[in-house]
Amino acid sequence: MIALLDVYRAFFKNEIALQLQYRVQLIIWLLFGVIQPVMYLVIWSTVARSRGGQVGDYGVSEFAAYFIAIMLVQHLVFTWIMYEFEFLIRQGQLSVRLLRPIDPIHGHIVENLTYKLLTLTIMVPAAAILTLLFQPRFDTPLWAIAVAVPALLLAFLLTFLLEWSFALVAFWTTRTAALNDAYTLVYMFMSGWVAPLSLFPPGLQVLASILPFRWALAFPVELLLGRLTPQQALGGLAAQAVWLAIAVAIWKLTWRAGIRRYSAVGA
Amino acid sequence: MSLLRLFWVFVKVAVLNELQYRTNFYIQVVRSAIRLATGLGGLALVYSHTDTLAGWTGADLLALLGVYYLVDGVIQLVIAPSMSRLMEDVRQGTLDFALTKPEDAQVLISVRQVQIWKLVDVALGVAVLLIGVGQVGREVGALHALAFGAALLAGGAIVYSFYLLLATLTFWLVRVENIMVIFQSLYQAGKWPVTIYPRWMRAMLTFVVPVAFATTVPAEAISGRFTWPSIFGAVALAAILLAASRLFWNHGVRRYSGASA
Repeated sequence: MIALLDVYRAFFKNEIALQLQYRVQLIIWLLFGVIQPVMYLVIWSTVARSRGGQVGDYGVSEFAAYFIAIMLVQHLVFTWIMYEFEFLIRQGQLSVRLLRPIDPIHGHIVENLTYKLLTLTIMVPAAAILTLLFQPRFDTPLWAIAVAVPALLLAFLLTFLLEWSFALVAFWTTRTAALNDAYTLVYMFMSGWVAPLSLFPPGLQVLASILPFRWALAFPVELLLGRLTPQQALGGLAAQAVWLAIAVAIWKLTWRAGIRRYSAVGA
Repeated sequence: MSLLRLFWVFVKVAVLNELQYRTNFYIQVVRSAIRLATGLGGLALVYSHTDTLAGWTGADLLALLGVYYLVDGVIQLVIAPSMSRLMEDVRQGTLDFALTKPEDAQVLISVRQVQIWKLVDVALGVAVLLIGVGQVGREVGALHALAFGAALLAGGAIVYSFYLLLATLTFWLVRVENIMVIFQSLYQAGKWPVTIYPRWMRAMLTFVVPVAFATTVPAEAISGRFTWPSIFGAVALAAILLAASRLFWNHGVRRYSGASA
């Protein structure tokens, strides 16, 4: 464990130096995570205004709070690992990482966290500007902030391990860009990214609760907005834990099988 | 018309290339279907809570979504991949192979790389557009159709010129592939009429990145809420940008020295 911490520290130093070289690139990629929440914020506020200020259990300022929180939470949990992994397999560059006496996943986790850390310097001011522009209303109780810490951590791990396992499909098909897109589209629709899930028809709400995406995004967001009871919060943490266990199982199985198939295409 | 002839040649090359990865093709079709389903689902969700969005009905927005998929399909089919290839070639110094061909260099580099399965998206876009137009219920006269055709062509030309202007920067800056990301991320906001956004965002989507001309203006034409000045404006802007990007390309390509070749 201590040894792993040392490895992480070394990785971090390396990654920070590496990513700071491409500052403009860091900022440009953030646009994806900012434009869409603002877009849906505007759409749903417009819908609310056309109906006297209220849609379901959301008013105009609650929509603002919801989508600003979505933007921040999504920034903390999202990964680009599926697209990167396809590249590593197709170009055979995974070989180099396999030679190291440590699972390649750790390097990717550090890369992800470093990016998040560096770009928070932009995301926090962006959230502040949106707060001034759209006047959100947060009613967050103190206990919810305390529960949000493990909820966000679980959400990050869950998203990362799910997408890492999914990325491993590249061992079998080499080209996975289309599959990755399909996954991302389902994720966006079922996670609360396009609208609060309480506005969905009942059937889709049930489906969303079965799928993991809601627990990785909408759940921590609703928790931070003070929309959940303590019982619902505990239920959410439990759902996260169950899906995390499933993700770990899939990861271990596919990694073991995939690594045997790996032939370093194109290397 | 050398543009179309060259395009056809590269389409054939792309088909041969893609036939190597048949599974990927089927997954592509599934991806496009999911994209359509979630796109329509998003619209249905909004219109399950309201009848009009800033004056646009569900049918109007269906037509807009069709235009959005159609233009995006064309961009991803040939414009974006060709521009990426150009930037890669400049960085590696392999653009020589294109420049020495006995064809107009700008035409050649604009159609050189074709992602063939994006044709599925183009077809879906046309289908959604037609269904939307069918649902609008208003009479779509010859004049509307003419305005729509002009707006769509102008929008396409504006997007192409914008891509070429950005890609040409590669002769000075070398690493610019991320500039394309700016367009792609802002383009997503074009799924909805730009008139719905706050003023600062509308200005950005109209004048900084021409998303409004690519999707909103053609959709306004087909749903009958256009004004002739906006159509003429779009066509004039298209002509200016085509000429400007051509000049800029000629200026840029003169700087090319085959860097590391």
